[in-house]
Amino acid sequence: MQTQTPINTPTSPKQTKGIKPFLKKCKEQRALLWMTVPFVIWVFIFKYLPVWGWTMAFQDYKPARAFTEQEWVGFKHFLFLFTDDRFLGVLRNTLAQSVINMVLGFVTAIGMAVLINELTNIKFKRVVQTISYLPHFLSWVVAAALVSSVLSIDGIINEVLMGLNIIDEEILWLGIGEYFWGILGAAETWKNVGWNAIIYLAAISMIDQEQYEAAKIDGASRIQRIIHITIPGMKSVIIVLLIMNIGYILESGFEPQYLLGNGQNVQYSENIDVFVIKYGIAMFNFSLATAAGMFKTVISFIFLVAANSLSKKMGQGGLY
Amino acid sequence: MKKVKKRKRSYMRTREDVIFDTSNIIFMILLCVVMLYPFLNQIAISLNSATDSVKGGIYLWPREFTWHNYQHVFDKASVLQAILISVLRTVIGTGFGLLCTAMVAYAIAQEKFVFKKTVTIIFIMTMYFNGGLIPTFLLMRDLELIGTFWVYIMPTLISAFNLIIMRSFIEGLPRSIFEQAEIDGAGDFRKFFQIVLPLSLPVIATVALFLAVFQWNQWFDVFLYNSSNEHLTTLQYELMKILSNSATSSGDANSAFANSGGGSAAVVTPKSIQATMTIVASLPIICVYPFLQKYFVKGMTLGAVK
Repeated sequence: MQTQTPINTPTSPKQTKGIKPFLKKCKEQRALLWMTVPFVIWVFIFKYLPVWGWTMAFQDYKPARAFTEQEWVGFKHFLFLFTDDRFLGVLRNTLAQSVINMVLGFVTAIGMAVLINELTNIKFKRVVQTISYLPHFLSWVVAAALVSSVLSIDGIINEVLMGLNIIDEEILWLGIGEYFWGILGAAETWKNVGWNAIIYLAAISMIDQEQYEAAKIDGASRIQRIIHITIPGMKSVIIVLLIMNIGYILESGFEPQYLLGNGQNVQYSENIDVFVIKYGIAMFNFSLATAAGMFKTVISFIFLVAANSLSKKMGQGGLY
Repeated sequence: MKKVKKRKRSYMRTREDVIFDTSNIIFMILLCVVMLYPFLNQIAISLNSATDSVKGGIYLWPREFTWHNYQHVFDKASVLQAILISVLRTVIGTGFGLLCTAMVAYAIAQEKFVFKKTVTIIFIMTMYFNGGLIPTFLLMRDLELIGTFWVYIMPTLISAFNLIIMRSFIEGLPRSIFEQAEIDGAGDFRKFFQIVLPLSLPVIATVALFLAVFQWNQWFDVFLYNSSNEHLTTLQYELMKILSNSATSSGDANSAFANSGGGSAAVVTPKSIQATMTIVASLPIICVYPFLQKYFVKGMTLGAVK
């Protein structure tokens, strides 16, 4: 962190205008243009061009037909979605999963950072951090395999709970829909808590140590120092991340839901992304799946732009 | 951004400190157990005789040690092919991704570049929206990438997040290092390859790790584009197939698999195969990431602060 001071030299106020000096500049910088233009073309093809496919949401898309031959149906698919009980359930699942993941993610990552910061033995601290990153690097396939084995009938969770006499008989955790949101939240937390704590630890390392010394002299206890110095020291980072995360409210991911979802918990596991996969890939209902995906992206986009400008207004700096 | 040196904590430990520290350490140890246990348990099961594992009670250590599960997995042609493709896509995807990301990052880090802002915004916008699953799928079909290896590489060449991390780092390099090269009349390509790349090793290590982990862990694009092309399968996808098989037929799957090995000593079960594949699919990453820790911690901080 020490060497990164972004150079913010303001561009010279007397920029020569007109097309000729501009072209001359382009010629001078042709090496830079060679470095970027191919990738700008790439980004247009692979990232922007698919947005054109949103037109499908307003058609009864048939793969065999050309674009001009498609039948336009207006908002038919959107109307269907919002009167469909299944999709309303999907929407509920998406929101509930995101909110649970977000709240859990924030609280645990902040708590983790605070507690790691309080560790006094540097070596132990390093070991704990290294281990806490591990699940983050595993793929969701591996993580899902681990989660389902831990939660299986003869898995460790059932054994521990039986051993402690908390439950009388083994529970098929993934077979009961009501548990899914909690399992998902726990799995996400397990996977990412160490990773998410990195940014908070960086914020804590910025706090002036004098404050702690002064508080100690004033007789502040350990807990008081955490509440009155460490947490306020992370405030700006917390606010920025909170705002940005609200922007991602409909992006609850699809991998754990898809991999851990099954027929028994589908009422609670299916979110918008999984719905899109099922309708689009398995049932070839391209138009309906695109409508659902488009709805998600548009709402997310509005949320993100709003979150970003909110963040800027609060003087925390935006994402761009 | 100022960095404050940490003072050595030289104060009297009060009773409260002792209680706090002890419970904190105990909590952290428990946490580490929770983080590691599922993984270590799978290692133990993968090294335990399959027929014995069915009885349960395997925790951290195999009861009847055997390499048989690994032999069985590595004997399968599909697994060997999957390993090959996983390695190839990780190496090629990381290499191309790094070069392309670094090049664009270098260009948009140049204050003088006329399209600095335009190009930056064009890339950052991609963090905010995407065409979605179906349009992207149809694009891949129209580009005739489906059924090829390049469908793993092309769509994910540059990610805006990695680009920002790299740009922030390159912007932070002192201007003075370019002066001599500029006097010598070095062009941007020479400056990029001879000065910026060697000096950017920390951020290159970070982004390389992110790219490699991403490529190695991908299964969805295999599922989406190449599920019927067995020669383009990957380890994660093979594991995913095992996982979904055992989810749909958890009851009688043990007996169904039991005879496939032939002979009582050579029996494998879905449980032991799943455990073994889980370890094979994650071990390479587990072996690498601890050594790159200081880089990615820095990179994460850099990317998020920006």
